[in-house]
Amino acid sequence: MGLDTTIKSVLVIGSGPIVIGQACEFDYSGTQACRVLRAEGIRVILVNSNPATIMTDPEFADATYIEPITPEIIERIIAHEKPDAVLATLGGQTALNAAIGLYERGTLKKYGVRLIGADVDAINRGENRELFRGIVEKVGGESAKSKICHTMEEIMDAVVLLKYPVVVRPSFTMGGLGSGIAFNEAELKQIAGAGLRHSPTSEVLLEESIIGWKEYELEVMRDRKDNVVIVCSIENLDPMGVHTGDSITVAPAMTLTDVEYQKLRDLSMDIIREVGVDTGGCNIQFAVNPDNGRIIVIEMNPRVSRSSALASKATGFPIAKIATKLAIGYTLDEIQNDITKVTPASFEPTLDYVVVKVPRFAFEKFADADPRLTTTMKSVGEAMAIGRSFPEALMKALRSLERKEAIFTWPNVGESELSSLLQAMRIPTEYRLQQVQKAMWAGASIEQVYEATRIDRWYLRQIEVINEQAAVIAQPGELSKDVLRAAKSQGFSDAQIGSLRGVSEEEVRKARHHLGIRPVYKTVDTCAAEFEAFTPYYYSSYEEETEVRPRTTPAVIILGSGPNRIGQGIEFDYSCVHASFTLREAGFETIMVNCNPETVSTDYDTSNRLYFEPLTLEDVLEVVHAETQAGPVLGVITQLGGQTPLGLAAGLKANGVTILGTSPEAINLAEERGAFGNILAEQGLSAPQFGMAASQLEATTIAHEIGYPVLVRPSFVLGGRGMEIVYDDVALGGFITRATDITPDHPVLVDRFLDNAIEIDVDALFDGHELFLGGVMEHIEEAGIHSGDSACVLPSMTVTDEQWDEIRIATEKIARGVDVRGLINIQFAIAENTLFVLEANPRASRTVPFVSKATGVPLAKAAARISVGSTISELRTEGLLPLLGDGVAKGISVKEAVLPWNRFRRTDGRGVDAVLGPEMRSTGEVMGVSPSFGESYAKSQIAAFGPLPKSGTVFISLADKEKAPGIEPAKGFSDLGFHILATDGTASYLRAHGIECTTVRKNSEGTGLMGEKTIVDIINAGEIDLVINTPVGRGTRADGWAIRTAAVQRSIPCITTTAGFSAAVDAITFLQSSPLSIKSLQEWLA
Amino acid sequence: MPSAYLVLDDGRIFEGSSWAATGKTFGEAVFQTGMTGYQETLTDPSYHKQVVIMTAPHIGNTGVNDSDNESAKMWVAGFVVRNPSSVTSNWRAQNDLEAELIAQGIIGIQGVDTRAITRHLRDRGAMRVGIFSGLELTREEMVVEVRKAEAMAGSFLVRDVSTPRTIVIPAIGEKKFTVAALDLGIKGATPRALAERGVEVHVMPFDSTVAEIMAINPDGVFLSNGPGDPSTMTDVIEVVRELLLSEIPLFGICFGHQILGRALGFETYKLQFGHRGINQPVMDKNTGKVEITAHNHGFAVKAPTDSEFSTVYGRGEVTHVCLNDDVVEGLQLLDRPAFSVQYHPEAAAGPHDAAYLFDRFVDLMSAKVNA
Repeated sequence: MGLDTTIKSVLVIGSGPIVIGQACEFDYSGTQACRVLRAEGIRVILVNSNPATIMTDPEFADATYIEPITPEIIERIIAHEKPDAVLATLGGQTALNAAIGLYERGTLKKYGVRLIGADVDAINRGENRELFRGIVEKVGGESAKSKICHTMEEIMDAVVLLKYPVVVRPSFTMGGLGSGIAFNEAELKQIAGAGLRHSPTSEVLLEESIIGWKEYELEVMRDRKDNVVIVCSIENLDPMGVHTGDSITVAPAMTLTDVEYQKLRDLSMDIIREVGVDTGGCNIQFAVNPDNGRIIVIEMNPRVSRSSALASKATGFPIAKIATKLAIGYTLDEIQNDITKVTPASFEPTLDYVVVKVPRFAFEKFADADPRLTTTMKSVGEAMAIGRSFPEALMKALRSLERKEAIFTWPNVGESELSSLLQAMRIPTEYRLQQVQKAMWAGASIEQVYEATRIDRWYLRQIEVINEQAAVIAQPGELSKDVLRAAKSQGFSDAQIGSLRGVSEEEVRKARHHLGIRPVYKTVDTCAAEFEAFTPYYYSSYEEETEVRPRTTPAVIILGSGPNRIGQGIEFDYSCVHASFTLREAGFETIMVNCNPETVSTDYDTSNRLYFEPLTLEDVLEVVHAETQAGPVLGVITQLGGQTPLGLAAGLKANGVTILGTSPEAINLAEERGAFGNILAEQGLSAPQFGMAASQLEATTIAHEIGYPVLVRPSFVLGGRGMEIVYDDVALGGFITRATDITPDHPVLVDRFLDNAIEIDVDALFDGHELFLGGVMEHIEEAGIHSGDSACVLPSMTVTDEQWDEIRIATEKIARGVDVRGLINIQFAIAENTLFVLEANPRASRTVPFVSKATGVPLAKAAARISVGSTISELRTEGLLPLLGDGVAKGISVKEAVLPWNRFRRTDGRGVDAVLGPEMRSTGEVMGVSPSFGESYAKSQIAAFGPLPKSGTVFISLADKEKAPGIEPAKGFSDLGFHILATDGTASYLRAHGIECTTVRKNSEGTGLMGEKTIVDIINAGEIDLVINTPVGRGTRADGWAIRTAAVQRSIPCITTTAGFSAAVDAITFLQSSPLSIKSLQEWLA
Repeated sequence: MPSAYLVLDDGRIFEGSSWAATGKTFGEAVFQTGMTGYQETLTDPSYHKQVVIMTAPHIGNTGVNDSDNESAKMWVAGFVVRNPSSVTSNWRAQNDLEAELIAQGIIGIQGVDTRAITRHLRDRGAMRVGIFSGLELTREEMVVEVRKAEAMAGSFLVRDVSTPRTIVIPAIGEKKFTVAALDLGIKGATPRALAERGVEVHVMPFDSTVAEIMAINPDGVFLSNGPGDPSTMTDVIEVVRELLLSEIPLFGICFGHQILGRALGFETYKLQFGHRGINQPVMDKNTGKVEITAHNHGFAVKAPTDSEFSTVYGRGEVTHVCLNDDVVEGLQLLDRPAFSVQYHPEAAAGPHDAAYLFDRFVDLMSAKVNA
């Protein structure tokens, strides 16, 4: 049928900030979509508020709008750009919801724009539970018995029939947000109540429990000739009850016969046809009763999903790319399989390996969050591994997580510990599989564990096989070649073997190499070797034959950043991808090593070669060895993927590997406080007073010297992990006890905390001679809020020219002192007109993509080029950097962080506290750009949290030390016409300063004698439009916490800093005066 | 675990471990890419005299059961796997795979680089192979033995797999038609698919004469799948030619398709390594639609794919082609009610996309009856 030539321009809707349930897989899919469309000569218009994405790089679209993804804004873009079609099936639930919004506003009709991929009817049939049930029934499938409810009364009636436990699923939410399993009435009221609020249609589904059943997912594609293929089957190791995103998943399905698998396949095909997804992909989830095979269809996503990205990486079949081609008219048989080059895409990939995906959680960031895994997704990232057996793939996946708790160990386990493990594993938590492994090591039988977990016996047997292998390894005597080989092919790392044998990892590696035992690399080829593969997408295995081809061009190995986590996410992948692009252009071959299936870096199109491997020293050394055998290797880039590759640099160097760019010694210089302090002293730069404490007593002494408040933290951290501001001896003592558990090898740092300082973030390039200042960002929240969680603005708003010069000079001194070759990120604070250096990181930072978008200068590309020897002066001549001067922001850009408060609950079911601090908790970011601060800030808030109120009621509650700085913005709100509510203390203070307000009761005061409601009741009643609540010191004071969590649960904007309070005044002032402007990045940068 | 060896005709040897029955066995080395359906593969008579290499790395996870067999026994000459399962986990399982293989005397080998073997066969073509398990032989001795084994080209194997006497499979529900199915190595799923459509299936010995066939007064004749080289099937081809003249509806699958092709005057040839898997894209040239199909063939029919052709039975055309390599996958006569496909609409194992072909056969019989 070929390309639909009536489509000349397409608006692609992205997925916005990274949030739990919607991560960089949609950058991967959106980037593919943009590439496909442009290759067809179609004009691409893109809207996405997330600056850290590759897809928003100006070269991926003709017009890139970094704007909030709201129907209002998109309508303005449509009016301006007049696209022929909108493609919304590659931007997750956000894009799909936006598309429905456009349809409901009549925008599509008004401007004559077609929705391609899936139409609104198909989206509704797939997502509306009642309609979908009807479809399942029509095609002869079965759904779980259920009841749709809109009120709590309906819910209570329904549960009488369905019985406890009962599953609650709100409609039209992503990542299972707001869903859960209720075992009793109290839980039901709480989960279903939240569900009703989260659902845009106030609709929840109550469903019979199928907890413990086997869970499967099929990825389906259909073209407009009605050809349907199943790309991949995925089996959840964790049975029903744990969200797929939080489950360990395996591809292909391992425990189905063909007869059973074909039933799922038939149902999937009938469902996609009946729902009417005409062109593109969808995924369909099934539950299978392990005792009798009864199949329940759970749900479908009529779009490319998180699982699609996983399936693409797992099979080599690029779902998003093909979905885009289908959307513009091609049929599956007309599309070539990239990997074989001779066969068409109208086939079903077959795997001759096993893929295991494991989730990565961040519970340590949310200390009071309920650690139980439920049907609400809570993981923040994932790692995938490929092996020629399940044990091999699983062991690789677990070490890819970069968490020592995730890696199997074989300690002695006593009787009582065994019984507590068997008890604990009944409730799924982050480390359930490790509990299972340990229990089986201690002698628990497959049946005992099956009874407790319902994990399929086949998987349990694989764990047992791993344990049996461990026992063999641990046997005294020489480690034979056969045993070592067997261990490696079961996925044991050198470190695991070493710990079982009581020797070091290095000794095992040496012995292994001496015996000639090294991995081979096999190709992911979609066809189990039936056809020759032309795409070097490799994974390691301990087998006979390697498939790595010889090379002649010098290669650069780029280490990615591993699974997404808070503090290390898409921003680092962005830098790695940029390095690969630019080095390929410069004539090198690039070799990417990474294990995160969500990313663009693990797209086999990104680099010349892709190794889907864990980022551990052992795994990387083997890749380096294999590639050194294949051809010339220039070295390894470790400075772009965040802390993960940086942490490997020294080990690689010690093993004779060339590290490109900033040397490991220089990195150490910047991270080691004493050495770094010397550099600052030599250069005459100030840093807040600090001390290093090895004991409790020392810490207290230092704190007294410096004076409270102090910032305490262990050294060598990313994302502010374990960082706290303490105001007294008690808090300090408490922290030391906890912090020394985190990194026992490193002392604790005690810094002077600069109250009321302005915090500055700088990204710069240095080549040994010249400095290029990428951008000077000013944080909107004051120092003390982690830079990753703080909003920031570029250019800086309050920094004077003199201060700017001082910052530039200081940056150059530090870059020179550390001896940087590439990127450096420095955090400064300005307090009492003095510039303090807070910290320096000689690597790509989280803000690199934001600065690059705001200034149009590709910093990561330049850094990669500097790493391989180019100078800044050469890059200026070449045009990669501006000919003269530093990076200059076009317009005013505001970056805002997005926080996952609504994902977490305490064990009592209530929300976790939504308060910012020195520990980073945000999962993603958005950018707002416009000619004024107020508008840019407004855009950033809308993109991150939803609409800001233009009028209405604002509740203000300020901590004592915030009361004075809060007067100005409070007056601002009053002048803007807002009705102000405040609790007693704040209210009197405001009135004393001439600001009118109404006093309301605190939560702790309870309902008044005359039935006066507390502030929490008022928030719950939906009578508040905006909440300003600054926390009192550190620690959760019950009143503030109750207010903030109520606001978060009702999705009411909640501001917790006075700086944010002031910025909100600017934003709302703008919103009241005029509509938001739109302007493409290409226009900004022109 | 004792060592076992997989020894190829061209001298390449893979060392693995003993699994299933021990001893030695020979056959044609073929690889099967299905991720599910090992039990169906093992019991498919078309694999007679073939040593099957499974590309899926874990085999045996779901054990075996009585209902998924495609015939009364396992036919493969040998079974090569990467990781056999040491546990059976499925609610329908009745026996362990290894126990069943041992009971049926099937020699296996495990722990070999099945991907390397597959790549070798892909590049060099299907070839003779031997498995030596638990034997004390030198490498040279093993290679010599493999080279003494018979090759697949020119093999006449149908006698080994065909039923000695006619078996009648009753129609499910109301009986509408009677079909004579020539058993050249028929899979159980085929009569089942027909029976579900109201057809009473008489599974007849491969050497049934036209008179014997017509004696049951069939509404249609079915030519089954089966092992061996179609060029050796001269007698059956003659029977088919006579049947074509009688204008009785005729449907052939796989080996049956190759026999129809030869009856029409086309040649058959051996493919480099064949098609064996359940993910093969086949296009119906008349509708332009693609179906994902189960394949198991080492030979193919050489026929013109770009235009109609004429035969002594009138005009005909190639109806289906494999999109991976343009191999002829379906034939039909335009003036007589006869058609065939190279692949397996009965699936088992595999997708059900092509089940409509059984309806087409039933339609031909209806048209004939109503005419």
